[in-house]
Amino acid sequence: MPQTLNKALEPFLIIVGSLTVSMVLFGIFVASAGADPFEVYQTMYRAAFGTSFSWQNTLVRAAPLMLTALCTALPGYLGLIIIGGEGAVVMGGLFAAIVALTMPTAPPIVVLTTMALAGMIAGGVWLMIGGALRHYRAVNETISSLLLNYIAIALLNHLVTSTFRDPESLNHPSTHHIGEANMIGVIPGTDLHWGLVFGIVACVIAWFLMHHTVFGFASQIAGGNVRAAQVAGLPVGRLILIICCAAGAAGGLAGMLEVAAIHGRANDTLNANYGYAGILVAFVARNNPLAIIPVAVLLGGIRASSGLLQRTHELPDATVLVMQGIIFLVILFSETLYGRFSRLQKQGAS
Amino acid sequence: MEVGWWGVLIAVLGGAIRIGTPFLFVSLGECLTEKSGRINLGLEGTLVMGAMTGYAVSLHSGSPWLGVLCAGLAGMVLGALHSWICSFQRVNDIAVGIAMMLFGTGLAFFLGKPYIQPSAPRLPSIDLGAWSDIPQLQAALQINALFLVGIVVAVVLGWMLKNTAWGLKVRVVGESADAARALGLPVDRIRILSTAQGGFLAGIGGSYLSLYYPFNWSEGLSSGQGLMAVALVIFARWQPIGCLWVSLLWGGAAALGPSLQSVGVTGGYYIFNAIPYIMTLAMMIITCSPKRTLVGVPRELTVTR
Repeated sequence: MPQTLNKALEPFLIIVGSLTVSMVLFGIFVASAGADPFEVYQTMYRAAFGTSFSWQNTLVRAAPLMLTALCTALPGYLGLIIIGGEGAVVMGGLFAAIVALTMPTAPPIVVLTTMALAGMIAGGVWLMIGGALRHYRAVNETISSLLLNYIAIALLNHLVTSTFRDPESLNHPSTHHIGEANMIGVIPGTDLHWGLVFGIVACVIAWFLMHHTVFGFASQIAGGNVRAAQVAGLPVGRLILIICCAAGAAGGLAGMLEVAAIHGRANDTLNANYGYAGILVAFVARNNPLAIIPVAVLLGGIRASSGLLQRTHELPDATVLVMQGIIFLVILFSETLYGRFSRLQKQGAS
Repeated sequence: MEVGWWGVLIAVLGGAIRIGTPFLFVSLGECLTEKSGRINLGLEGTLVMGAMTGYAVSLHSGSPWLGVLCAGLAGMVLGALHSWICSFQRVNDIAVGIAMMLFGTGLAFFLGKPYIQPSAPRLPSIDLGAWSDIPQLQAALQINALFLVGIVVAVVLGWMLKNTAWGLKVRVVGESADAARALGLPVDRIRILSTAQGGFLAGIGGSYLSLYYPFNWSEGLSSGQGLMAVALVIFARWQPIGCLWVSLLWGGAAALGPSLQSVGVTGGYYIFNAIPYIMTLAMMIITCSPKRTLVGVPRELTVTR
């Protein structure tokens, strides 16, 4: 078998194999809970991809995951593990809502553009803090980005219960509504908001940047060996800052879309675990921005099916959490198979 | 007798113990795991699983202490699973931790659905404040036995890591896997044991949540105590006794907001909650530098690379 085919086939086979193993494990799990696994999978398929309505439900959930996955995937090229997507979403949504409220008379297109910029800057700066601390103070980026998540959530809760509180939001402290005219609307002919388009475009741009530009090549070198990159004269610090900023901007955009397309205000619903689910998507996609798109759709589908699973099989809504956990564990485990597998293949071919 | 601002202090003291106890157990568990050179971000899942198991067993058996034990065992299983997966080549322990968090909480919510309504027997508390006639002080000094157990575990763990052959083995494995292998130590087995024991402690921390304070089982029970264990251990400089002080500090900071509310200071509730996180970040910024790493950190830890 030619070497190049081998190289492309290996990850594909391993991913498909891991998904199959996870489905078997999850099947055993639901069977032990008293449900018929085949029927459960049928229901899940119907709920996630069976009708155009379920496709829309799936895609709406997939859109923010594509963006938050980039929060982890892009720094991954530099060998950094950033888990601060949640914080970037929260900061992005918060600041997008705040700027929208400062411009009550501007036309919607201006408001939306400003919101997107504000959200991306807020998210970008937030993750850039983690990158800067890593480079200049050698503070571990995983821990600092985790801490920044909690600080962002506290800041959000503080501001929506004090300075920016809409007095009418009694039980659920929120900012004022940004105004119906400023909502981003749906893609014509569908019920899907524009978030999906933003998500796909962001992933394609990220892929092009990391795989087809000098900047991306430099980042991959720096990710492989920092010392070698420094010897080659690469500005490692600047690469870290720019990539963390871009990653945070993607998360911030996801937060802005939550506000401008769904809630209309900033409140604690921004903290809906899209950031943590995005980490899962990035790991399963092995940080490849193009692979993020189908993985996000798959995970969106799994999450979309939770309601129907509950109604038809009386399985608790946490069932899909268990499934995500199993898939994630098996795929991480499969990481150990890379290399061993190709040796086997070569032996088989010769 | 008017207590006023003294009330705030007393409430913070009581809160430090009451809210700090689960922090103490998860941070001790994480400390032991990290001493062996692995980081377990999945203790959040372990904690929630422990909370559910403890509550369910206490309800069925009528004995909250049996619940605590089973919560520990459930945590041990999750810890062993984490470290078994991590013992394969190229498997990233941080990523597996996030997966275990998802898996553990998912499993706990799945199995715990029937236990949201019924009320299980509660862990008893010890009145250390009976000598005082100030009700606030009495309430603050109503201490759960698990807190005292936690203090003992912290002292014993610190002593064992320092003075026993087992402690030395764990530390060698955490400092340098290569050196440990050269000495003929079974690196993977020691790490699996340490992580499983760490999971046991974290599971007990979870049972404290469901069986003592806040004393219920629901899906919103944990507020990230398990995730924060990693930060606590850094703050404690990988010293079990340090975990005790840091947990009390954390609990006190969390109690500050509500107790200030009782004397009319309502603003900044959420900011007070964020203080521990800001302090941890500040401490890491101050003590880390590109030239040296944190003092006391096990060198095999991915956090230091």
